[in-house]
Amino acid sequence: MNTWYKTFIYALTAALLISCRGETKSVAADGDRSVQYFPNMYESAGYETYQEGTVFENNMEAQKPVEGTVSRGWMPYDYENSNEGYASAKANLQNPLPYTEENLENGSVMYGIYCAICHGKKGDGKGHLVETEKILGVPSYADRPITQGSIYHVMYYGINSMGSYASQTSEEERWQIAHHVDALRRDLQGVERQAFVKSGEVAEPIAQPQDTTMVSSDKDAEMEEAPMQPQEIEEQETETQTDGQ
Amino acid sequence: MINRKLHFSAWQFILAFVFVAFSAFSAGAQTDVTTNDGEPATPQEVEPSAGSAGDSALGKQLFNANCASCHNLYKKMTGPALFGVTKKYEREWLYKWIKNSAELIASGDPQAVAIYTEYNQKNMNAFPQLSNTDIDNILAYTDTPKPVPTDSEVTGAGDGGAADPTTNNIILGALALVLLLLVVLLLVVNKTLKRFAEANGIQTEFETEKEERTPIWKAFVQNQFLVLVSAIFLLLASAYFAYGALMSVGVDQGYAPVQPIHYSHRIHAGESQIDCKYCHSSARESKHSGIPSLNVCMNCHKSISQVADDTYKEGINEYGIDYNKEIQKLYAATGWDSAEQVYTGDTEPVRWVRIHNLPDLAQFNHAQHVTAGNIACQTCHGPVEEMEIMYQYSPLTMGWCINCHRETNVDLQGNGYYEQIHKELSEKRGGRQLTIADLGGLECGKCHY
Repeated sequence: MNTWYKTFIYALTAALLISCRGETKSVAADGDRSVQYFPNMYESAGYETYQEGTVFENNMEAQKPVEGTVSRGWMPYDYENSNEGYASAKANLQNPLPYTEENLENGSVMYGIYCAICHGKKGDGKGHLVETEKILGVPSYADRPITQGSIYHVMYYGINSMGSYASQTSEEERWQIAHHVDALRRDLQGVERQAFVKSGEVAEPIAQPQDTTMVSSDKDAEMEEAPMQPQEIEEQETETQTDGQ
Repeated sequence: MINRKLHFSAWQFILAFVFVAFSAFSAGAQTDVTTNDGEPATPQEVEPSAGSAGDSALGKQLFNANCASCHNLYKKMTGPALFGVTKKYEREWLYKWIKNSAELIASGDPQAVAIYTEYNQKNMNAFPQLSNTDIDNILAYTDTPKPVPTDSEVTGAGDGGAADPTTNNIILGALALVLLLLVVLLLVVNKTLKRFAEANGIQTEFETEKEERTPIWKAFVQNQFLVLVSAIFLLLASAYFAYGALMSVGVDQGYAPVQPIHYSHRIHAGESQIDCKYCHSSARESKHSGIPSLNVCMNCHKSISQVADDTYKEGINEYGIDYNKEIQKLYAATGWDSAEQVYTGDTEPVRWVRIHNLPDLAQFNHAQHVTAGNIACQTCHGPVEEMEIMYQYSPLTMGWCINCHRETNVDLQGNGYYEQIHKELSEKRGGRQLTIADLGGLECGKCHY
């Protein structure tokens, strides 16, 4: 009987030891974070990105800019998100960026990230998501009467099932994409692409089918100012890049 | 004696019976499984009936290419559900509407204006490229009734999927029962044999071995060599484990918390081949690789409210996740009413759990690595396109950073401004290609400031 008792005790201790394992601090696949040494060196008093905080609306640190503020490198967009705004942008809005190799190249990179997944590398509406039948009914650029203005307008606001891409791209990048999309449309329709402008020259007005209706003066003024700012951004970027290396 | 023999053979018989019964049962279970699998095969073959006029197969192609971005047959999307549209409107009117709806609205057609106002004055694109026969084909396709079998197909398959584990459980249970029976059997046999031996006065081995021995711990203490070896072994082992424990302080490699919405990188980045930067767009130009705001999800999920049947089954069977419910969580957070296709404005933040978190004493800039350094996301984040659940792939320790800075060569092509300096530096280092470390990548102030 004594041996039975002993075995029981051993089994009990073994069970106890095994049950302790759940509280180990090692990082398991779904466990907690590892222990920290001097946590006050890890976590600052200031708010971190995406942190929760009671001073913020909805407890979210990530907030939109205050209504009416204009961030650096961003210009207000005056066309409305409506059928009229679309028609007006299609007729009047012009690409402020010169058609340079550099702009087209970056436009094609951005197009590859954001657009090609549905619209296809060639703009024929046969992207990977369409071919796998996850998203259907994406038109080819050749079948739609698009201008650079309407391309920009649709990227800014979205249209029907397509969402807005204003939060993922900057104004400059959207115009670069517009250049690329327009080039794709020309390829699909068999029209010759535009000739490149050398980066030093001033942008020439791009030949586009235009409506003569309604060209408001302040929109023109905005578009004249715009070409200055991408060049500034580019300069800043190259500086930070070389710094980084 | 004869009685006993008979008794044992009875036990043997029971044992044999149990085995036979069990094997017969498992064979029966197997046939059950096959019928379960075989069952749904019959309703699957039901094809949608061909339309009255026009080829619905051709129509389906045209529909998917031109209409499906805004229309579904049975569900309201940007435009109305199209099943039965031929009964609602006259064919001639439909031709006109599809070819150029704006013109029809402008002409003041009451039906056209009614639809236009009902759907928030959104213009339907004009399709002048479609001929009347094309439209006939599309309309034939819209007349296909909702395939009822798909529902039973899914549930049937679900039953099949559920039946598998249950039959497994039954088999395992039967096996456990048999084992238990065997144990009991052995005990009984042992007992009877002992009693038998006792009755015949036979001394068994077990009883003779009761002489006094030195306890094992005393023997151990007396053997000094053994004590020394085990002491050294213990010290080494504890040093090994202590080192491991200390090195894991502040290292969260493998950390994979449960997120509020089960987002599968495997499906999005792997199967769907969506670029990392599509969602994490700020990695291109910001310190942070941002968590995408939910409008980015809705770019696609406005039209993808349900996953494909195969994906759904895979999620249920392999990961135990109902992907459709996860999409509904997204809709709840964004306040998207899928039936009415409008935002209710009733939103709610998603409390994602942060995985990669550098201590505040270290500075890391995504743009510098992604845009300037042109480093693939997978270099640090691992095979994200295969991760069903996101986890931290790299240790993110200082040694890990430094190692990469020492080993990674810098691509200095096309960097005109610093060309001369880079050339001189390279000559100083014996003409080899420069690494990040050569350009100051090991300076304390680069990351700690």
